[in-house]
Amino acid sequence: MTWFADHVGEVLGLTAQHVYLAGLPLLIGLLIALPLGWLARRYRVLYAPFTVGTGLLYTIPSLALFILMPFIFGTRILDPVNVLIAMTIYTVALLVRTVADALGAVPDHVVQAARAMGYRRVKRFFAVELPLAVPVISAGLRVAAVSNVSIVSVAAIIGVPQLGLLFTDGFQRTFYDPIIVGIVACTVLALVFDLVILLATRLLTPWQRAAGGRA
Amino acid sequence: MIGFDEVTKRYPGGTVAVDRLSLTAPTGRITVLVGPSGCGKTTTLRMVNRMIEPTSGSITLDGRDTSRMKEAELRRGIGYVIQHAGLFPHRTVLDNIGTVPRLLGWDRRRTEARSRELMERVGLPDTLGRRYPAQLSGGQQQRVGVARALAADPPVMLMDEPFSAVDPVVREQLQDEFLRLQDELGKTIIFVTHDIDEAIKLGDQVAVLRVGGHLAQLADPAYLLAHPVDDFVADFVGRDRGYRALSFQPTPRLPLAAERTLTLGETTTGVGGDWVLVVDEENHPVGWVEPQRVHGEVTSTMLHRGGTLARSSGPLRAALDAALSSPSRRGVIVDDSGALVGTVRAHEVLTAIERAERPELADPLHPGAPVR
Repeated sequence: MTWFADHVGEVLGLTAQHVYLAGLPLLIGLLIALPLGWLARRYRVLYAPFTVGTGLLYTIPSLALFILMPFIFGTRILDPVNVLIAMTIYTVALLVRTVADALGAVPDHVVQAARAMGYRRVKRFFAVELPLAVPVISAGLRVAAVSNVSIVSVAAIIGVPQLGLLFTDGFQRTFYDPIIVGIVACTVLALVFDLVILLATRLLTPWQRAAGGRA
Repeated sequence: MIGFDEVTKRYPGGTVAVDRLSLTAPTGRITVLVGPSGCGKTTTLRMVNRMIEPTSGSITLDGRDTSRMKEAELRRGIGYVIQHAGLFPHRTVLDNIGTVPRLLGWDRRRTEARSRELMERVGLPDTLGRRYPAQLSGGQQQRVGVARALAADPPVMLMDEPFSAVDPVVREQLQDEFLRLQDELGKTIIFVTHDIDEAIKLGDQVAVLRVGGHLAQLADPAYLLAHPVDDFVADFVGRDRGYRALSFQPTPRLPLAAERTLTLGETTTGVGGDWVLVVDEENHPVGWVEPQRVHGEVTSTMLHRGGTLARSSGPLRAALDAALSSPSRRGVIVDDSGALVGTVRAHEVLTAIERAERPELADPLHPGAPVR
């Protein structure tokens, strides 16, 4: 592994890019999925089109999506924004159904009690429904995080630098060291994302531990 | 005062949940809505705070039409308690109780002080304040539910089967404390239950509803037991209604017999006969023994404890039950401090019942009449 020793700086730089390209869409995607999921829950007719429709987005091959972005949004072909938008679309695809189902899993008697106390709709969402939906949303977010870390590497083919570059590099030179380093780095990154989400969830839901593990 | 005037709730599809209901829930009193499932009692309750909007008719709070009030403000002025308490699982006991005060814009300190005061009021230990609902027993959760409903001191309370999800012993305890609390607070309460015993125990007036949301009868509990208006109400209040009506009749002066007693720790030597009543040092009855079956000192493990005690100032039902449940067939009567006064036999209680004037039976020509 002398290759790794010689290229630590480069690998770290690519990792930082990877975190940016996979992580930022996770946050933006969540912010978009929250209102969409709420609407899907609030208006029953929207549930099927929203969840199925956004779910279908996930089936678009990532390479196709990366290439299409400049045509749709008029961005430059090598602009990393193309990747950010595409990854955000994948995140939304995974999270709309999760958010809708998480809000649906909030016990009805709790929601009714909140109404009866005199909570108006918006405040009720932020004070009661959203906090109680956190555990389920977090589970969906963990899946999306791992998926993003994996998919974003494909962007190497369109020349946007991140850890995926190690794979194309190794492939072109039939040299395995960068490929192995890339796989290990991606795996570690996925684990770190997972851990961060897990810790944030614990901070947001002290009541879950108090219940002795009961949800 | 809560007034229902010709209130109807018809759902799309034609189901009628409540049908032209008119009744008044007087200020400071408990009005119980009771009936089988599907009688519209919960719908009726939820129309008061507009969780459900009536199809027609009007509901007034102290004369003001609720449909003209703002929903959120109306609800913040009405305490609401439901089955399983409906507590917020992600909030501590103190935060749960402080919900409405916070919505009304109270600051944190005032809210917490008020929440602590209410915890004490409903009998919750101070140490539970920072716990989450899942860490409490069912009975404790229900107390938090009541405290939360009382937090902003609303004049009106709506209670939807608040005690039906706890075990019978806790339920009885909660009911007794609820009545004690109501004595202090004097809220205008509408209470929904499917349990006629609970209705009769708690209600100042009881509205019996039948399936389809018709009001079958509205009366005070004693009158309801004595004069069910039709077969449906008669069936619903139960076959032992004659016996239960005795709950509302005070015990008249009974011919009490002096009872030979043993004190705990005394020996049965030289004591003959059948059952002997055992008392503690303060002359409080603790149980019965059969002298020929025990030898030596009477200890508390030897006692037959099947007999109930009746207070001389209590209802006739308790006196009769004391006689019927006693192994010696001599019912134990105590004074208000719990000390033995004497014993009475069932036939003597029955004689007293026959002689007693039954005020609620006095005027059968006024069927709609007595509402306390």
